[in-house]
Amino acid sequence: MSAEFDSAAKFAEYAHPERLVTTQWLAEHLGQPGLVVVESDEDVLLYETGHIPGAVKIDWHTDLNDPVVRDYVDDEQFAALLGSKGISRDSTVVIYGDKNNWWAAYALWVFTLFGHEDVRLLDGGRDLWIAEGREITTDVPQVTPVEYPVVKRDDSAIRAFKDDVLAHFGNPLIDVRSPEEYNGERTTAPAYPEESALRAGHIPTAASVPWARAAAGDGTFKTRDELDAIYRTEVGLTDGDDVIAYCRIGERSSHTWFVLTHLLGFEKVRNYDGSWTEWGSAVRVPIVTGADRGEVPGR
Amino acid sequence: MDATTLPSRLAETREDFLALDVRDRLQLLLEFSNELPALPARYADHPDLLERVEECQSPVYIFLEVDEGLVHLYATAPAESPTTRGFASILAQGLDGLTVDEVFAIPDDYPQSLGLGEAVSPLRVRGMTGMLARTKRQLRRRLAA
Repeated sequence: MSAEFDSAAKFAEYAHPERLVTTQWLAEHLGQPGLVVVESDEDVLLYETGHIPGAVKIDWHTDLNDPVVRDYVDDEQFAALLGSKGISRDSTVVIYGDKNNWWAAYALWVFTLFGHEDVRLLDGGRDLWIAEGREITTDVPQVTPVEYPVVKRDDSAIRAFKDDVLAHFGNPLIDVRSPEEYNGERTTAPAYPEESALRAGHIPTAASVPWARAAAGDGTFKTRDELDAIYRTEVGLTDGDDVIAYCRIGERSSHTWFVLTHLLGFEKVRNYDGSWTEWGSAVRVPIVTGADRGEVPGR
Repeated sequence: MDATTLPSRLAETREDFLALDVRDRLQLLLEFSNELPALPARYADHPDLLERVEECQSPVYIFLEVDEGLVHLYATAPAESPTTRGFASILAQGLDGLTVDEVFAIPDDYPQSLGLGEAVSPLRVRGMTGMLARTKRQLRRRLAA
């Protein structure tokens, strides 16, 4: 029971146009059976201050992460969460959020770990919807819980662990953090709280491409040509590449994962969610400081 | 934490939060967020006086005033950051009119005692802990000056 795809001309240039919808498309399809709109923000209370009518909230921290182990929710927790939000396995899910869809992309990536097939982002996210003067409400929808099947989470295709990164040298790595974090001047984004990485710098050979470079001024994704200029021409990615992206805890890099996978069509992209908070505290892993990518470490 | 050293307003706030289930704690935090007073006009034109709370993800600034021995805390944070506004509001309301000694006596782990860890995540609660620590630091600097 999939909703029709958005046929916007801009999207047609992307490898997988079916992964995006415009604000206009969403406004026209709100309330359609089989469509569930999800808001996912950095600020856990932002949804409560006003959201797209009918949208449900999923919080990256309290809903998608396991409260004890540093991992995502398991199969049964995910099934219970989605069922409680009125999402069926065949629902079309459109996710949107604040900050250029930073956390929305993270939620989409977690949905993908569980193989939810039809999950899309709202191009421009929460800010564009509001900037366009579209309706928001503080009314929380009455959700009728549905049955979501317990599906095994598959970490193999789009998630990388530390050992995967160590075995990956020689293949492209993308560091999507700020230049200050990449260079080793600090361990968290400017203006963000310290999260206890003991060392600063980047993984050797990683190219620095801050995640927000993929976003245009209004929070929408840049065009296909603009994105190709960054990731293919400037960074040197080519079709068939095996790519790993990382940031601090895997949220900003899921935005880049979305761009590389769904907009540019790279078929083997993984997000290293351990990211700098793990690598920067791990014992005896190689680290490079400064603006240079550095060499492949000797084994 | 010794409840007897906790100023009454902060103690009430804690009781209010702990009496609620997790979902309603978020609503109460939102109410605090909506109650954060605007910066007094005399500070609105002086952004240089405001200290940024680096522990918070959102841009939040605090400024402390000591008037005839009583402390007043002012804070400003954008409407897009309701959680941070809520934290600031709890402290601004809870500290208002306390003596300097009463502010220093507030336990540093007060933010962790509100039962918000489960509702907003421990990581986010750290933002309020940073805010309280910076408030005390500003107060110490003010007294030393």
